[in-house]
Amino acid sequence: MFPYLIRRILAMIPVAVGVSLIIFTLLYITPGDPARLFLGQEANEESLQEFRREHGLDKPFLTRYLSFAYDVVVHQDLGRSYATRRPVSGEIASTFPVTLNLSLGAIALATALGMTFGVVCAVKQYSIFDNVTMVIAMLGISTPIFYLGILLILWFSVRLRWLPSSGFDTMSQRLLPWITLSATSMSIITRMTRSSMLEVIRSDYIRTARAKGQKESVIIIKHALRNALIPIITIVGIQLGHLMGGSILAESVFSIPGVGRLAVDGIKARDYPVVQGAVLYIAMAYMVLNLIVDFLYAWVDPRLRTRYR
Amino acid sequence: MFTLRKNSNLHLTLVRLSRNRLAVLGLIVLLLLVATAVFAPWLAPYHFATQDLLAAFEPPSWAHPLGTDDFGRDILSRIIYGARVSLQVGIFAVAIAMVFGGVLGAISGYYGGRIDGVIMRVMDILLSIPQILLAISIAAALGPGLLNLTIAVGVAALPTFARVVRGAVMSIVGQEFIEAARCMGASDAWIIARHILPNCSAPIIVQSTLRVAQAILAAAALSFLGLGIQPPFPEWGGMLAGARGYVRDYAYMTIFPGLAIMITIMALNFLGDGLRDAMDPKMKR
Amino acid sequence: MPQHDEILLDISDLRVQFHTDTGLVKAVEGLNLRLRKGEALGLAGETGAGKTTTALAIMQIIASPPGRIASGSIHFEGKDMLALSEEEKRHVRGGKISMIFQDPMTSLNPVLPVQEQIAEMVRLHNAVTEAEALDKARDMLGLVGIRPERGGDYPHQFSGGMKQRVVIAIALACNPSLLIADEPTTALDVTIQAQVLEVMRELKQHYNTATILISHDLGVIAELCDSVAVMYAGRIVETADAKSLYANPLHPYTQGLFQSIPDLTKNVKRLFSLPGLPPDPTDLPAGCCFSPRCEHADDTCRNMQPELREITAGHFAACFKAA
Repeated sequence: MFPYLIRRILAMIPVAVGVSLIIFTLLYITPGDPARLFLGQEANEESLQEFRREHGLDKPFLTRYLSFAYDVVVHQDLGRSYATRRPVSGEIASTFPVTLNLSLGAIALATALGMTFGVVCAVKQYSIFDNVTMVIAMLGISTPIFYLGILLILWFSVRLRWLPSSGFDTMSQRLLPWITLSATSMSIITRMTRSSMLEVIRSDYIRTARAKGQKESVIIIKHALRNALIPIITIVGIQLGHLMGGSILAESVFSIPGVGRLAVDGIKARDYPVVQGAVLYIAMAYMVLNLIVDFLYAWVDPRLRTRYR
Repeated sequence: MFTLRKNSNLHLTLVRLSRNRLAVLGLIVLLLLVATAVFAPWLAPYHFATQDLLAAFEPPSWAHPLGTDDFGRDILSRIIYGARVSLQVGIFAVAIAMVFGGVLGAISGYYGGRIDGVIMRVMDILLSIPQILLAISIAAALGPGLLNLTIAVGVAALPTFARVVRGAVMSIVGQEFIEAARCMGASDAWIIARHILPNCSAPIIVQSTLRVAQAILAAAALSFLGLGIQPPFPEWGGMLAGARGYVRDYAYMTIFPGLAIMITIMALNFLGDGLRDAMDPKMKR
Repeated sequence: MPQHDEILLDISDLRVQFHTDTGLVKAVEGLNLRLRKGEALGLAGETGAGKTTTALAIMQIIASPPGRIASGSIHFEGKDMLALSEEEKRHVRGGKISMIFQDPMTSLNPVLPVQEQIAEMVRLHNAVTEAEALDKARDMLGLVGIRPERGGDYPHQFSGGMKQRVVIAIALACNPSLLIADEPTTALDVTIQAQVLEVMRELKQHYNTATILISHDLGVIAELCDSVAVMYAGRIVETADAKSLYANPLHPYTQGLFQSIPDLTKNVKRLFSLPGLPPDPTDLPAGCCFSPRCEHADDTCRNMQPELREITAGHFAACFKAA
């Protein structure tokens, strides 16, 4: 198991380099002069040049990238925000846990509820529960996160006044963002679980289990679900990406101080160091989560374990 | 022109599709949407930028069936014109992704080896950034505007298309009729165009339909965040962003644009699901 | 000498039907069968004759919509199977009647180790600890010729023949009185077939389990069975002890089956095959179900259904023309 793990982690390095290069390039070609943006229209040429020299903006592309890379690897220094002058790593350190909490909470909710509903729908195929759930799932897939967020705020914050509409510290603040973010993924997971279970239930080994005299409930959980998990985990892996992207939107709707919002605000303000750091962080987090999902695969499907030696 | 042969693959697919009521519904809604977009100037009671500050914040009425926004602009008209934007972005972004991603994927899948390795490496790097974030970054780099938004969404969707096409191509390349075609002296380009791509068309068509939905969602998300289409141009996501501040007092402003997005996405999803079921009947419910 | 006097399984006028989009499928139409303790019965016939459906009916695992047992009775060890509660039926399944299915490749759960799958069977019908169940599982593996140390391996790590042996181990783990084997060797190649049949033969002697061996392969049936019943279109058309049936088939269908087996000693231009096709189960012919294809058929045959009658001692055939 370990050699595989090491190999995967090493493989993440070129990807990290690639990601940082892409972001760096995109920022490089972004129109707008940070110096002017941050010092204002009236700033004189002298102070503009000063700003540029201070942040290395006058140097050629490759030099800038390499010095950035050097700083990150050797000093773990992601630079300083143009706007606040504070270290970027600090800004990320304070916002990243929030985003993580939001995303992981949403994926947990989506997976737990999605799989439960999916199994029930599969076992009770064509029942009212099944039909209603499938309709709701279709609605869930088609509703944009930001729209759902606004609707929930409208209903629960404005009309009913049950829940707050912003922030992420208290449990009541976290409820709506979690629900909003998990809705689409939950719908997809429900549908996938249902179809995967339906397929597995038709398998020969389920027939064997029945012929053994096993109880139906045990057959569903122990035999069917464990085999149905394999495609479900694939979907969960894909959803992780959507969730991390979606968290940016949820953070915007609910005014949550997370990394996503940091990145978007940074982009709008042309605060390059912040954007670089934030995007790099999100990409790395996504890669790590994918790695975990891959290992989950091997745990569930013994046929894959030989690959991981 | 081709004639529809009875019991040809296309014929069977269309028959199966027509039996799926949801898919047909989706198709009809989509056609209505396209019609709305095309005939917007004639359908919309007002121009999308026409302001009437005295009539601002009016709830739905006879004069303004969906109400007016903070600048007194008619929401119904803006939603109708918004259909143009959404459909344009959706279709052209997917076209970009399909053409460029498809070519890369086909080359990757067909030649394999080093080329495949290099292309897939690059795709992997792009895929390790969540798609919305990539679109946001590209949109920011290019600047606001419809064209830039389309490019951003299209490029962000490109790697997934490359993957899908590569997978489909690889499954076909291994089969013997490709070997046979090579023995006949066919060139690589010929083989890819005449033999491989037609056989991949089913998954590509299904993916494209579903991706248009995602592209429209992405465009709306970007506009919601303030990147992409700038006011006064109407985009459903942008309209939601503008209405957000008024959700307490003027809720109707937020409901309708979002509803427009939802209906469009649902129609596309129904159609995409229906196409998938129709093209591959083995994958029964 | 095995006991042959007690009747273990008594099926009387069994009718099994399926409601489908294309009509009512009459899969089993008036089946009568008797099996004694320790007896090995071969159930022969083509695909679609209703053999598997009969087996599933005995096990009471016919998918209930769309199928159902329309009429008839199944008595096992004196008890009416159809009258048992679901829990009692589960108790019988695996514990008293075991079934092994055709395709070993897909009959085992891919995510559980094989010893766990055998142990599950043991635990379902015996009050034992997990450790005891695993011990028994490993014993069973040894019995079917697999090294017990391989118990922790997963099904994909075994070949087809070995997988089928695991399936047999599961089926016999609780020492059932009846084993139903549905085409156990069809999916395997000939050399492996011989091995699996050898294992089955040894176990049959070891445990004295009654067996119903379903197969379209008369050679396989000859290897293992004391008596044979031939099924056609949902009915048994001929039954006798193996020797008599093979020496002197009475029903025209059985005769056709035997004629279809290529004879290596003869030099023929064309291989024999029965003319026509088995009837559509949604549209069975009135009268003898074989009459459309039978060269001896006359009006009686076409209008009246022949019942199984004893032609010679212990040899029954459902044919007006058999003598």
